[in-house]
Amino acid sequence: MVSGYIIYKSIMVVVVFLIGLGIAAYSTYAERKVAAFLQDRLGPNKAGPYGLLQPIADGVKMFMKEEIIPDVSNKFLFILGPCIAMLTACMTGVVIPWSTPITINGVSYPLQITDINIGILYVFGVVSIGVYGIMIGGWASNNKFSLLGALRASAQMISYEIAMGLSIIALVMMTGTISLQEIAAQQSGWHWNIIYQPLGFLIFITCAFAECNRTPFDLPECETELVGGYHTEYSSMKLGFYLFAEYVNMFISSAIISTLYFGGYNMPLIGRFVTDPNMLSILGVVFLFAKIFFFIFFFMWIRWTIPRFRYDQLMHLGWRIFIPLSILNILLTGAGILFFNR
Amino acid sequence: MTLYIFYFLSFLAVLSAFMVVYSKNPVHSVLYLIITFFSIAGHYILLNAQFLAAVHVIVYAGAIMVLFLYVIMMLNLNKDTEAQKSNYLKLAATVAGGIFMIVFIGSLKGVEKIENLSAANQSAGLIKNLGQVLYKDYMLPFEMASILFLSAMVGAVMLGKNELK
Repeated sequence: MVSGYIIYKSIMVVVVFLIGLGIAAYSTYAERKVAAFLQDRLGPNKAGPYGLLQPIADGVKMFMKEEIIPDVSNKFLFILGPCIAMLTACMTGVVIPWSTPITINGVSYPLQITDINIGILYVFGVVSIGVYGIMIGGWASNNKFSLLGALRASAQMISYEIAMGLSIIALVMMTGTISLQEIAAQQSGWHWNIIYQPLGFLIFITCAFAECNRTPFDLPECETELVGGYHTEYSSMKLGFYLFAEYVNMFISSAIISTLYFGGYNMPLIGRFVTDPNMLSILGVVFLFAKIFFFIFFFMWIRWTIPRFRYDQLMHLGWRIFIPLSILNILLTGAGILFFNR
Repeated sequence: MTLYIFYFLSFLAVLSAFMVVYSKNPVHSVLYLIITFFSIAGHYILLNAQFLAAVHVIVYAGAIMVLFLYVIMMLNLNKDTEAQKSNYLKLAATVAGGIFMIVFIGSLKGVEKIENLSAANQSAGLIKNLGQVLYKDYMLPFEMASILFLSAMVGAVMLGKNELK
Protein backbone atom coordinates (compact mmCIF):
# COMPACT_ATOMS: atom_id res chain seq x y z
CA MET A 1 0.00 0.00 0.00
CA VAL A 2 2.76 2.42 0.94
CA SER A 3 4.73 1.69 -2.23
CA GLY A 4 1.53 2.05 -4.28
CA TYR A 5 0.98 5.44 -2.67
CA ILE A 6 4.49 6.55 -3.53
CA ILE A 7 4.16 5.30 -7.12
CA TYR A 8 0.83 7.11 -7.56
CA LYS A 9 2.23 10.36 -6.14
CA SER A 10 5.34 10.09 -8.34
CA ILE A 11 3.16 9.62 -11.41
CA MET A 12 1.11 12.67 -10.40
CA VAL A 13 4.25 14.76 -9.95
CA VAL A 14 5.59 13.76 -13.36
CA VAL A 15 2.24 14.37 -15.05
CA VAL A 16 1.79 17.82 -13.48
CA PHE A 17 5.39 18.69 -14.34
CA LEU A 18 4.98 17.63 -17.96
CA ILE A 19 1.62 19.39 -18.33
CA GLY A 20 3.16 22.54 -16.84
CA LEU A 21 6.09 22.46 -19.23
CA GLY A 22 3.87 21.61 -22.20
CA ILE A 23 1.51 24.47 -21.48
CA ALA A 24 4.43 26.83 -20.92
CA ALA A 25 5.94 25.79 -24.28
CA TYR A 26 2.70 26.33 -26.11
CA SER A 27 2.11 29.60 -24.25
CA THR A 28 5.09 31.01 -26.15
CA TYR A 29 3.35 30.05 -29.38
CA ALA A 30 -0.01 31.32 -28.10
CA GLU A 31 1.57 34.60 -27.04
CA ARG A 32 2.91 35.23 -30.54
CA LYS A 33 -0.39 34.25 -32.11
CA VAL A 34 -2.36 36.49 -29.72
CA ALA A 35 0.03 39.37 -30.34
CA ALA A 36 -0.31 38.85 -34.06
CA PHE A 37 -4.11 38.74 -33.78
CA LEU A 38 -4.24 41.92 -31.69
CA GLN A 39 -1.91 43.74 -34.09
CA ASP A 40 -3.59 42.42 -37.24
CA ARG A 41 -0.68 40.20 -38.32
CA LEU A 42 -0.38 36.47 -39.03
CA GLY A 43 2.20 35.39 -36.45
CA PRO A 44 4.32 32.23 -36.76
CA ASN A 45 2.91 30.03 -39.53
CA LYS A 46 5.89 28.32 -41.20
CA ALA A 47 6.82 25.42 -38.86
CA GLY A 48 4.12 22.77 -39.24
CA PRO A 49 0.41 23.43 -39.83
CA TYR A 50 -0.51 26.91 -38.49
CA GLY A 51 3.03 27.07 -37.13
CA LEU A 52 2.20 24.53 -34.42
CA LEU A 53 5.75 23.13 -34.33
CA GLN A 54 7.19 26.59 -33.60
CA PRO A 55 7.83 25.95 -29.84
CA ILE A 56 9.82 22.79 -30.71
CA ALA A 57 11.83 24.70 -33.30
CA ASP A 58 12.47 27.45 -30.73
CA GLY A 59 13.55 24.88 -28.15
CA VAL A 60 16.01 23.24 -30.58
CA LYS A 61 17.34 26.68 -31.51
CA MET A 62 17.87 27.55 -27.83
CA PHE A 63 19.81 24.31 -27.22
CA MET A 64 21.94 24.67 -30.34
CA LYS A 65 23.04 28.24 -29.72
CA GLU A 66 26.53 28.96 -28.46
CA GLU A 67 26.70 29.30 -24.73
CA ILE A 68 28.63 32.26 -23.41
CA ILE A 69 29.58 32.67 -19.76
CA PRO A 70 31.13 36.09 -19.14
CA ASP A 71 34.73 35.84 -18.00
CA VAL A 72 34.45 38.08 -14.97
CA SER A 73 31.27 36.68 -13.45
CA ASN A 74 30.96 34.16 -10.66
CA LYS A 75 30.41 31.00 -12.70
CA PHE A 76 28.57 28.98 -10.07
CA LEU A 77 26.09 31.73 -9.22
CA PHE A 78 25.70 32.54 -12.91
CA ILE A 79 24.48 28.98 -13.52
CA LEU A 80 22.50 28.85 -10.25
CA GLY A 81 20.34 31.86 -11.20
CA PRO A 82 18.28 30.28 -14.01
CA CYS A 83 18.15 26.98 -12.06
CA ILE A 84 16.45 28.66 -9.08
CA ALA A 85 14.07 30.55 -11.37
CA MET A 86 12.98 27.30 -13.04
CA LEU A 87 12.89 25.25 -9.82
CA THR A 88 10.65 27.67 -7.93
CA ALA A 89 8.40 28.03 -10.97
CA CYS A 90 7.83 24.26 -11.04
CA MET A 91 7.50 23.79 -7.26
CA THR A 92 4.19 25.61 -6.78
CA GLY A 93 2.15 23.13 -8.81
CA VAL A 94 2.05 20.48 -6.06
CA VAL A 95 -0.67 22.09 -3.92
CA ILE A 96 -3.16 22.90 -6.69
CA PRO A 97 -6.29 20.70 -6.50
CA TRP A 98 -6.94 19.67 -10.10
CA SER A 99 -10.26 18.03 -9.32
CA THR A 100 -12.24 15.91 -6.84
CA PRO A 101 -10.83 12.41 -6.16
CA ILE A 102 -11.42 9.63 -8.70
CA THR A 103 -12.59 6.33 -7.17
CA ILE A 104 -11.52 3.13 -8.94
CA ASN A 105 -12.39 -0.25 -7.37
CA GLY A 106 -13.11 1.39 -4.04
CA VAL A 107 -9.71 3.11 -3.87
CA SER A 108 -9.83 6.90 -3.93
CA TYR A 109 -7.17 8.69 -6.00
CA PRO A 110 -7.01 12.41 -5.15
CA LEU A 111 -6.17 14.60 -8.13
CA GLN A 112 -3.86 16.79 -6.09
CA ILE A 113 -0.26 15.95 -5.36
CA THR A 114 -0.44 16.91 -1.70
CA ASP A 115 -2.86 18.80 0.51
CA ILE A 116 -0.38 20.17 3.04
CA ASN A 117 -1.96 21.96 5.96
CA ILE A 118 -0.22 25.28 5.23
CA GLY A 119 -1.76 25.41 1.73
CA ILE A 120 -1.52 28.98 0.47
CA LEU A 121 1.41 29.80 2.72
CA TYR A 122 3.46 27.20 0.86
CA VAL A 123 2.70 28.98 -2.41
CA PHE A 124 3.76 32.28 -0.85
CA GLY A 125 6.97 30.78 0.48
CA VAL A 126 7.93 29.43 -2.93
CA VAL A 127 6.97 32.66 -4.71
CA SER A 128 8.98 34.72 -2.25
CA ILE A 129 12.15 32.71 -2.89
CA GLY A 130 11.57 32.89 -6.66
CA VAL A 131 13.07 36.37 -6.72
CA TYR A 132 16.49 34.94 -5.85
CA GLY A 133 16.76 33.43 -9.31
CA ILE A 134 16.57 36.88 -10.85
CA MET A 135 18.70 38.60 -8.20
CA ILE A 136 21.52 36.06 -8.23
CA GLY A 137 21.53 35.88 -12.03
CA GLY A 138 21.51 39.66 -12.37
CA TRP A 139 24.32 40.12 -9.87
CA ALA A 140 26.52 37.29 -11.16
CA SER A 141 26.35 38.69 -14.70
CA ASN A 142 28.56 41.55 -13.50
CA ASN A 143 26.81 43.96 -15.82
CA LYS A 144 25.27 47.27 -14.80
CA PHE A 145 22.08 46.70 -16.74
CA SER A 146 21.64 43.22 -15.28
CA LEU A 147 22.20 44.55 -11.77
CA LEU A 148 19.65 47.32 -12.29
CA GLY A 149 17.17 44.76 -13.58
CA ALA A 150 17.79 42.53 -10.55
CA LEU A 151 17.36 45.45 -8.12
CA ARG A 152 14.14 46.48 -9.81
CA ALA A 153 12.84 42.93 -9.70
CA SER A 154 13.51 42.52 -5.99
CA ALA A 155 12.01 45.87 -5.01
CA GLN A 156 8.95 45.23 -7.14
CA MET A 157 8.39 41.70 -5.87
CA ILE A 158 8.68 42.63 -2.21
CA SER A 159 6.30 45.57 -2.66
CA TYR A 160 3.62 43.58 -4.41
CA GLU A 161 3.97 40.51 -2.21
CA ILE A 162 2.64 42.53 0.74
CA ALA A 163 -0.54 43.60 -1.04
CA MET A 164 -0.96 40.06 -2.36
CA GLY A 165 -0.66 38.57 1.12
CA LEU A 166 -3.13 41.07 2.55
CA SER A 167 -5.67 40.32 -0.17
CA ILE A 168 -5.32 36.61 0.64
CA ILE A 169 -5.88 37.31 4.36
CA ALA A 170 -9.35 38.67 3.52
CA LEU A 171 -10.06 35.52 1.53
CA VAL A 172 -8.84 33.25 4.34
CA MET A 173 -10.98 35.18 6.85
CA MET A 174 -14.01 34.39 4.71
CA THR A 175 -13.27 30.75 3.89
CA GLY A 176 -11.90 29.89 7.33
CA THR A 177 -9.23 27.58 5.90
CA ILE A 178 -5.90 27.87 4.13
CA SER A 179 -6.01 24.49 2.41
CA LEU A 180 -6.51 24.99 -1.32
CA GLN A 181 -8.51 21.76 -1.55
CA GLU A 182 -11.05 23.02 0.99
CA ILE A 183 -11.23 26.49 -0.59
CA ALA A 184 -12.01 24.89 -3.97
CA ALA A 185 -14.57 22.52 -2.42
CA GLN A 186 -16.37 25.40 -0.66
CA GLN A 187 -17.05 27.12 -3.98
CA SER A 188 -19.33 24.41 -5.36
CA GLY A 189 -22.11 25.61 -7.62
CA TRP A 190 -22.12 29.37 -8.11
CA HIS A 191 -20.60 30.30 -4.71
CA TRP A 192 -17.42 31.50 -6.33
CA ASN A 193 -15.23 33.71 -4.17
CA ILE A 194 -15.12 36.41 -6.85
CA ILE A 195 -18.72 37.30 -5.87
CA TYR A 196 -17.75 37.89 -2.25
CA GLN A 197 -14.25 39.26 -2.83
CA PRO A 198 -14.27 41.43 -5.98
CA LEU A 199 -11.80 43.96 -4.57
CA GLY A 200 -9.53 41.23 -3.23
CA PHE A 201 -9.54 39.56 -6.62
CA LEU A 202 -8.58 42.80 -8.37
CA ILE A 203 -5.66 43.31 -5.98
CA PHE A 204 -4.60 39.67 -6.26
CA ILE A 205 -4.57 39.53 -10.05
CA THR A 206 -2.67 42.82 -10.35
CA CYS A 207 -0.08 41.59 -7.87
CA ALA A 208 0.11 38.29 -9.77
CA PHE A 209 1.00 40.27 -12.88
CA ALA A 210 3.70 42.08 -10.93
CA GLU A 211 5.07 38.84 -9.44
CA CYS A 212 5.29 37.24 -12.87
CA ASN A 213 7.09 40.30 -14.27
CA ARG A 214 4.49 40.63 -16.99
CA THR A 215 3.62 43.86 -18.78
CA PRO A 216 2.63 46.44 -17.47
CA PHE A 217 5.02 45.46 -14.66
CA ASP A 218 7.94 44.11 -16.71
CA LEU A 219 10.35 46.82 -15.56
CA PRO A 220 13.11 44.29 -14.64
CA GLU A 221 13.57 43.31 -18.29
CA CYS A 222 12.43 46.53 -19.89
CA GLU A 223 14.36 46.56 -23.17
CA THR A 224 14.01 50.27 -23.91
CA GLU A 225 15.98 51.20 -20.79
CA LEU A 226 17.99 48.16 -19.69
CA VAL A 227 18.92 46.25 -22.90
CA GLY A 228 17.56 42.90 -21.62
CA GLY A 229 17.35 43.56 -17.89
CA TYR A 230 18.60 40.78 -15.61
CA HIS A 231 19.15 38.33 -18.48
CA THR A 232 21.26 40.62 -20.68
CA GLU A 233 24.36 38.42 -20.34
CA TYR A 234 22.57 35.10 -20.71
CA SER A 235 22.56 33.07 -23.87
CA SER A 236 21.47 29.65 -25.08
CA MET A 237 19.27 27.50 -22.81
CA LYS A 238 20.00 29.55 -19.66
CA LEU A 239 18.20 32.45 -21.29
CA GLY A 240 15.59 29.91 -22.34
CA PHE A 241 15.14 28.87 -18.70
CA TYR A 242 14.47 32.45 -17.61
CA LEU A 243 11.95 33.01 -20.38
CA PHE A 244 10.39 29.61 -19.81
CA ALA A 245 10.11 30.14 -16.04
CA GLU A 246 8.03 33.23 -16.75
CA TYR A 247 5.54 31.15 -18.75
CA VAL A 248 5.42 28.39 -16.11
CA ASN A 249 4.76 31.09 -13.50
CA MET A 250 1.98 32.45 -15.66
CA PHE A 251 0.39 29.00 -15.87
CA ILE A 252 0.66 28.45 -12.11
CA SER A 253 -0.71 31.91 -11.25
CA SER A 254 -3.63 31.32 -13.60
CA ALA A 255 -4.30 28.02 -11.85
CA ILE A 256 -4.14 29.66 -8.42
CA ILE A 257 -6.38 32.56 -9.47
CA SER A 258 -8.91 30.07 -10.85
CA THR A 259 -8.76 27.98 -7.68
CA LEU A 260 -8.98 30.84 -5.20
CA TYR A 261 -11.53 33.11 -6.86
CA PHE A 262 -13.19 31.32 -9.77
CA GLY A 263 -14.39 28.10 -8.20
CA GLY A 264 -11.45 25.87 -9.19
CA TYR A 265 -12.88 22.71 -10.74
CA ASN A 266 -16.50 23.70 -9.98
CA MET A 267 -19.02 24.75 -12.58
CA PRO A 268 -22.62 25.83 -11.81
CA LEU A 269 -25.46 23.48 -12.79
CA ILE A 270 -23.18 20.66 -13.91
CA GLY A 271 -24.50 18.41 -11.13
CA ARG A 272 -27.92 18.47 -12.84
CA PHE A 273 -26.63 16.79 -15.99
CA VAL A 274 -23.87 14.47 -14.75
CA THR A 275 -24.26 12.35 -11.63
CA ASP A 276 -21.38 9.86 -11.87
CA PRO A 277 -18.72 11.20 -9.46
CA ASN A 278 -15.82 9.96 -11.61
CA MET A 279 -17.23 11.67 -14.68
CA LEU A 280 -17.74 14.83 -12.62
CA SER A 281 -14.15 14.88 -11.49
CA ILE A 282 -12.88 14.40 -15.07
CA LEU A 283 -15.15 17.26 -16.17
CA GLY A 284 -13.74 19.25 -13.23
CA VAL A 285 -10.25 18.98 -14.72
CA VAL A 286 -11.63 20.20 -18.05
CA PHE A 287 -13.36 23.19 -16.42
CA LEU A 288 -10.28 24.10 -14.40
CA PHE A 289 -8.13 24.03 -17.52
CA ALA A 290 -10.68 26.10 -19.42
CA LYS A 291 -10.43 28.73 -16.67
CA ILE A 292 -6.63 28.50 -16.66
CA PHE A 293 -6.45 29.00 -20.43
CA PHE A 294 -8.76 31.98 -20.16
CA PHE A 295 -6.46 33.59 -17.59
CA ILE A 296 -3.35 32.84 -19.64
CA PHE A 297 -5.09 34.56 -22.55
CA PHE A 298 -5.97 37.42 -20.20
CA PHE A 299 -2.28 37.81 -19.26
CA MET A 300 -1.41 38.06 -22.96
CA TRP A 301 -4.32 40.34 -23.76
CA ILE A 302 -3.16 42.82 -21.08
CA ARG A 303 0.43 42.58 -22.31
CA TRP A 304 -0.47 43.72 -25.82
CA THR A 305 -2.96 46.35 -24.67
CA ILE A 306 -1.46 48.33 -21.81
CA PRO A 307 1.91 50.11 -21.99
CA ARG A 308 4.53 49.66 -19.29
CA PHE A 309 4.48 51.77 -16.12
CA ARG A 310 7.24 54.17 -15.22
CA TYR A 311 9.23 52.91 -12.23
CA ASP A 312 8.00 55.53 -9.75
CA GLN A 313 4.41 54.94 -10.88
CA LEU A 314 4.89 51.24 -10.19
CA MET A 315 6.12 51.88 -6.64
CA HIS A 316 3.40 54.46 -6.05
CA LEU A 317 0.74 52.00 -7.18
CA GLY A 318 2.11 49.23 -4.99
CA TRP A 319 2.65 51.10 -1.73
CA ARG A 320 0.17 53.96 -1.77
CA ILE A 321 -2.80 52.43 -3.54
CA PHE A 322 -2.77 48.65 -3.26
CA ILE A 323 -1.63 48.24 0.35
CA PRO A 324 -4.23 50.69 1.79
CA LEU A 325 -6.87 49.18 -0.53
CA SER A 326 -6.12 45.66 0.66
CA ILE A 327 -6.25 46.76 4.32
CA LEU A 328 -9.61 48.38 3.55
CA ASN A 329 -10.66 45.09 1.98
CA ILE A 330 -9.76 43.23 5.18
CA LEU A 331 -11.84 45.68 7.21
CA LEU A 332 -14.80 45.35 4.84
CA THR A 333 -14.55 41.56 4.94
CA GLY A 334 -14.43 41.60 8.74
CA ALA A 335 -17.48 43.88 8.87
CA GLY A 336 -19.25 41.63 6.36
CA ILE A 337 -18.53 38.49 8.41
CA LEU A 338 -19.82 40.23 11.55
CA PHE A 339 -22.91 41.63 9.84
CA PHE A 340 -24.03 38.61 7.81
CA ASN A 341 -22.70 36.14 10.36
CA ARG A 342 -21.44 33.65 7.79
CA MET B 1 15.01 8.41 8.96
CA THR B 2 14.01 11.56 10.89
CA LEU B 3 17.23 11.34 12.85
CA TYR B 4 19.34 11.33 9.66
CA ILE B 5 17.42 14.30 8.28
CA PHE B 6 18.00 16.09 11.58
CA TYR B 7 21.76 15.42 11.40
CA PHE B 8 21.91 16.55 7.79
CA LEU B 9 19.98 19.79 8.47
CA SER B 10 22.04 20.55 11.58
CA PHE B 11 25.25 19.96 9.67
CA LEU B 12 24.05 22.22 6.86
CA ALA B 13 22.93 24.94 9.28
CA VAL B 14 26.22 24.98 11.20
CA LEU B 15 28.38 24.74 8.09
CA SER B 16 26.61 27.56 6.27
CA ALA B 17 26.59 29.67 9.45
CA PHE B 18 30.38 29.30 9.56
CA MET B 19 30.58 30.17 5.89
CA VAL B 20 28.58 33.37 6.54
CA VAL B 21 31.39 34.53 8.77
CA TYR B 22 34.30 33.23 6.72
CA SER B 23 33.38 34.14 3.15
CA LYS B 24 35.21 37.17 1.83
CA ASN B 25 32.43 38.38 -0.44
CA PRO B 26 29.42 39.94 1.37
CA VAL B 27 27.00 38.66 -1.27
CA HIS B 28 28.20 35.09 -0.67
CA SER B 29 27.72 35.63 3.08
CA VAL B 30 24.11 36.62 2.51
CA LEU B 31 23.53 33.58 0.28
CA TYR B 32 24.98 31.27 2.97
CA LEU B 33 22.74 32.93 5.54
CA ILE B 34 19.76 32.09 3.33
CA ILE B 35 20.84 28.43 3.33
CA THR B 36 21.04 28.59 7.13
CA PHE B 37 17.50 29.92 7.29
CA PHE B 38 16.27 27.16 5.03
CA SER B 39 17.82 24.45 7.17
CA ILE B 40 16.25 26.01 10.27
CA ALA B 41 12.89 25.97 8.46
CA GLY B 42 13.54 22.26 7.84
CA HIS B 43 14.02 21.79 11.60
CA TYR B 44 10.66 23.44 12.23
CA ILE B 45 9.01 20.99 9.85
CA LEU B 46 10.67 18.09 11.70
CA LEU B 47 9.15 19.50 14.90
CA ASN B 48 5.72 19.43 13.22
CA ALA B 49 5.48 23.25 13.18
CA GLN B 50 4.65 23.76 9.51
CA PHE B 51 3.17 27.21 10.02
CA LEU B 52 6.30 28.47 11.71
CA ALA B 53 8.41 26.98 8.91
CA ALA B 54 6.32 28.64 6.19
CA VAL B 55 6.36 32.02 7.92
CA HIS B 56 10.08 31.67 8.56
CA VAL B 57 10.71 31.11 4.84
CA ILE B 58 8.33 33.88 3.75
CA VAL B 59 9.55 36.52 6.19
CA TYR B 60 13.23 35.76 6.68
CA ALA B 61 14.35 34.07 3.48
CA GLY B 62 11.77 35.74 1.25
CA ALA B 63 11.65 39.33 2.47
CA ILE B 64 14.38 40.28 4.93
CA MET B 65 17.22 38.52 3.13
CA VAL B 66 16.05 39.94 -0.21
CA LEU B 67 16.35 43.41 1.32
CA PHE B 68 19.80 42.51 2.70
CA LEU B 69 20.89 41.32 -0.71
CA TYR B 70 19.36 44.41 -2.29
CA VAL B 71 21.34 46.78 -0.07
CA ILE B 72 24.59 44.85 -0.43
CA MET B 73 24.26 44.68 -4.21
CA MET B 74 23.49 48.38 -4.32
CA LEU B 75 26.51 49.34 -2.20
CA ASN B 76 28.67 46.89 -4.19
CA LEU B 77 30.97 46.19 -1.25
CA ASN B 78 34.42 44.77 -1.94
CA LYS B 79 37.88 44.71 -0.39
CA ASP B 80 38.68 48.34 -1.19
CA THR B 81 35.54 49.77 0.33
CA GLU B 82 35.41 47.42 3.32
CA ALA B 83 34.97 49.37 6.52
CA GLN B 84 37.96 48.98 8.83
CA LYS B 85 36.84 48.51 12.40
CA SER B 86 39.12 49.47 15.27
CA ASN B 87 40.44 46.79 17.61
CA TYR B 88 38.30 48.03 20.52
CA LEU B 89 35.16 47.40 18.48
CA LYS B 90 36.36 43.90 17.57
CA LEU B 91 37.07 43.16 21.22
CA ALA B 92 33.64 44.46 22.26
CA ALA B 93 31.97 42.34 19.59
CA THR B 94 33.80 39.23 20.77
CA VAL B 95 32.81 39.82 24.40
CA ALA B 96 29.16 40.48 23.45
CA GLY B 97 29.06 37.36 21.28
CA GLY B 98 30.61 35.28 24.07
CA ILE B 99 28.00 36.50 26.58
CA PHE B 100 25.27 35.68 24.10
CA MET B 101 26.65 32.16 23.78
CA ILE B 102 26.60 31.75 27.58
CA VAL B 103 22.92 32.79 27.58
CA PHE B 104 22.20 30.13 24.96
CA ILE B 105 24.04 27.42 26.88
CA GLY B 106 22.20 28.50 30.03
CA SER B 107 18.86 28.08 28.28
CA LEU B 108 19.75 24.45 27.55
CA LYS B 109 19.59 23.71 31.28
CA GLY B 110 15.85 23.12 31.43
CA VAL B 111 15.68 21.22 28.16
CA GLU B 112 14.66 17.84 29.66
CA LYS B 113 11.30 19.21 30.79
CA ILE B 114 10.49 20.66 27.35
CA GLU B 115 11.09 17.27 25.73
CA ASN B 116 8.38 15.67 27.86
CA LEU B 117 5.88 18.40 27.01
CA SER B 118 6.39 18.22 23.25
CA ALA B 119 5.79 14.45 23.21
CA ALA B 120 2.37 14.97 24.80
CA ASN B 121 1.12 17.56 22.30
CA GLN B 122 2.18 16.78 18.72
CA SER B 123 -0.17 19.23 17.05
CA ALA B 124 0.86 22.32 19.03
CA GLY B 125 2.54 23.90 16.00
CA LEU B 126 -0.41 23.57 13.62
CA ILE B 127 -2.10 26.76 12.54
CA LYS B 128 -5.43 26.16 14.35
CA ASN B 129 -3.83 25.61 17.76
CA LEU B 130 -1.40 28.46 17.20
CA GLY B 131 -4.28 30.82 16.43
CA GLN B 132 -6.11 29.71 19.58
CA VAL B 133 -3.04 30.30 21.71
CA LEU B 134 -2.16 33.68 20.17
CA TYR B 135 -5.62 35.19 20.00
CA LYS B 136 -7.14 33.69 23.16
CA ASP B 137 -4.57 32.80 25.79
CA TYR B 138 -1.94 35.41 24.97
CA MET B 139 -4.12 38.09 23.43
CA LEU B 140 -2.67 41.05 25.32
CA PRO B 141 1.06 40.33 24.80
CA PHE B 142 0.37 39.61 21.13
CA GLU B 143 -1.39 42.93 20.61
CA MET B 144 1.34 44.74 22.56
CA ALA B 145 3.97 43.21 20.27
CA SER B 146 2.04 44.37 17.20
CA ILE B 147 1.84 47.92 18.57
CA LEU B 148 5.57 47.76 19.16
CA PHE B 149 6.05 46.77 15.52
CA LEU B 150 3.79 49.57 14.34
CA SER B 151 5.73 52.17 16.32
CA ALA B 152 8.99 50.77 14.93
CA MET B 153 7.60 51.11 11.41
CA VAL B 154 6.47 54.69 12.00
CA GLY B 155 9.87 55.48 13.49
CA ALA B 156 11.65 54.03 10.46
CA VAL B 157 9.52 56.09 8.09
CA MET B 158 10.19 59.24 10.11
CA LEU B 159 13.95 58.58 10.11
CA GLY B 160 13.87 57.94 6.39
CA LYS B 161 12.29 61.28 5.61
CA ASN B 162 14.70 63.91 4.45
CA GLU B 163 13.35 66.89 6.30
CA LEU B 164 11.04 67.06 9.27
CA LYS B 165 8.53 69.83 9.35
